[in-house]
Amino acid sequence: MTLSLLIVQLLNGLQFGVLLFLVAAGLTLVFGVMDFINLAHGVQYMLGAYLAVTFVGLTGSFLLGLVLALAAALLLGLALEFLVFRHLYERDHLDQVLATFGLILLLNQAVKMIWGAAPLSVPVPEFLSGNVRLMDGILYPVYRFALIAAGLGVGALLWFVVEKTRTGMLLRAGASNAPMVSALGVDIRKLFMIVFAFGTMLAGFAGAMAAPILSVEPGMGDTVLILAFVVIVVGGIGSIRGAFVGALIVGLVDTLGRSSMNDLLRLFMAPASARATGAALSSMLIYLVMAAVLFVRPEGLLPAKGRS
Amino acid sequence: MASSSPTAVATRPATPTLRRLAPPVIFLLLALLPLASALGLPGHWLTLVTRAMIFAIAALSLDLVLGIGGLVSFGHAAFIGIGAYGAGILITEGQTELLVALPVILLVCAVFATVTGYVSLRTRGVAFIMITLAFGQMAFYFAQALSAYGGDDGLTLYEKSTLFGHDILGNRTGFYYVALGTLAFCYWLARRIVSSRFGRVLRAARENAVRVTVTGYDVNHVRLGAYVISGMMAGLSGFLLANQTDFVSPAYMSWPRSGELIFMVVLGGVGSLYGAILGALAFLVTEDVLSSLTQNWKIIFGPLIVLFVLFTRGGIAGLAKKLGGRRDG
Repeated sequence: MTLSLLIVQLLNGLQFGVLLFLVAAGLTLVFGVMDFINLAHGVQYMLGAYLAVTFVGLTGSFLLGLVLALAAALLLGLALEFLVFRHLYERDHLDQVLATFGLILLLNQAVKMIWGAAPLSVPVPEFLSGNVRLMDGILYPVYRFALIAAGLGVGALLWFVVEKTRTGMLLRAGASNAPMVSALGVDIRKLFMIVFAFGTMLAGFAGAMAAPILSVEPGMGDTVLILAFVVIVVGGIGSIRGAFVGALIVGLVDTLGRSSMNDLLRLFMAPASARATGAALSSMLIYLVMAAVLFVRPEGLLPAKGRS
Repeated sequence: MASSSPTAVATRPATPTLRRLAPPVIFLLLALLPLASALGLPGHWLTLVTRAMIFAIAALSLDLVLGIGGLVSFGHAAFIGIGAYGAGILITEGQTELLVALPVILLVCAVFATVTGYVSLRTRGVAFIMITLAFGQMAFYFAQALSAYGGDDGLTLYEKSTLFGHDILGNRTGFYYVALGTLAFCYWLARRIVSSRFGRVLRAARENAVRVTVTGYDVNHVRLGAYVISGMMAGLSGFLLANQTDFVSPAYMSWPRSGELIFMVVLGGVGSLYGAILGALAFLVTEDVLSSLTQNWKIIFGPLIVLFVLFTRGGIAGLAKKLGGRRDG
């Protein structure tokens, strides 16, 4: 693999990692603070993408469409919280898993009925089209840079809110010990609502931002969901920093593995068998990494402080 | 509730009675179903219930580690896949004898369970869920890479397994009773395990692992033992599944399949064993009935699951308990 290809793959890995971070951050907040396993989180990512398709198409403007899509995703998320999730906070994990699985079935099918089963796409906005010339012979799409920047920007904002504001303090306290926070007189219901709205927004934002470079199709949230879970257990449950580090690791390992495994194996294998083994190994890679991390550190790399 | 009045309590069966009565009733009804089929119930039902019983074996095996042992395995579909591929590969290679295939499959499942279980059991809680998921996914991608046996497209079987050369699985009613017999055997075995000393330690470790360790038992040994038994049982269901569908594919091992198994167990009622059987039957029959009504059946099935969780506790077994009039315990 040449240097230029390596740089492009690193950027791809970074971009994938940033996307995963946006989904995983919401998931880990909800899980860390509310101890709630929300399998429907991936569906909220999918809804973000579909709403972006609709609103960008309707308004003709990417930015306006994005804002409307986010607002709509938030409203849908809050409706779900009101109708279903709120009644599950007190239940055990398996009940939550079962109920949110039901929601996945419902929402995947609803999306299929509303938008059809065929993949849709959102055009890359004009002001972000084109390529940036990094070095001689390396062009990288502007939109992907914008996505990395937006993801990092949202990440920084999230870091600021969680680390530097009063709400963030309560969130961190809630992630360590929710009953104690509630006993100190904090309205835990309201806190849960905020956390939940936050998570929904982040997942919806990730979906909407990914829409121009991915095909928008039913079930797209399921793959991302499982990767987001991998991210948060590698990083450490309930920790935003952990989610960030975990997302970058998973994004880079997955992208680099897919692009280089074949070449690597070809050094000591026949091309045909290298291709077959490479495909399998590169898909397995992040799970191998996760198993290795958990084996050494069952709490993940950067677990939330004070969490037992 | 009216159950607080003494007469109501007297006329309603208490939980232990229900637990004693439910399994024989379930198995009796299952045993009689082919009769109803002979009287005009569409033959499709026999196939469907056979399939449901095969999944019930897998759900039962999962309940053994999940419900009794308190270990949520999110990679159990891997064992179904190993069983199915074991049958598929042997049949493709011309070895159809069941008495050869079964020992091979059970051995491979036991080895896979021992190795992955040993690693997984070093973790607890969510980490255990995820590490078993990781092993399940590895098995899934391994199957996808088996290009000699269909790879991603799967493997079609042109023959079924035979017993001493007899095609006992070729006949629909015959297959039905083989599945029922296997399920009954697995249920009997699971019950025996749960009431044995081994089972008591397993249950006690779910409640308080530290105390059990202090009493002198090696908790991880017991858990690993349960995990291996459970894996072999799930492999058995994979073997039957491959023979019923005449097809094997990596999709048998994908993580949503492992998820579905958990849903069957939770649907039936965690830890009740017969609940896992009811859960699998309810899941597959509901899926089949709804999908025959409309192509968009999931839009009904999804909310049904949500409502079921919101308005019942403890799954079908819990619901039965509640209808039985006992609210505590």
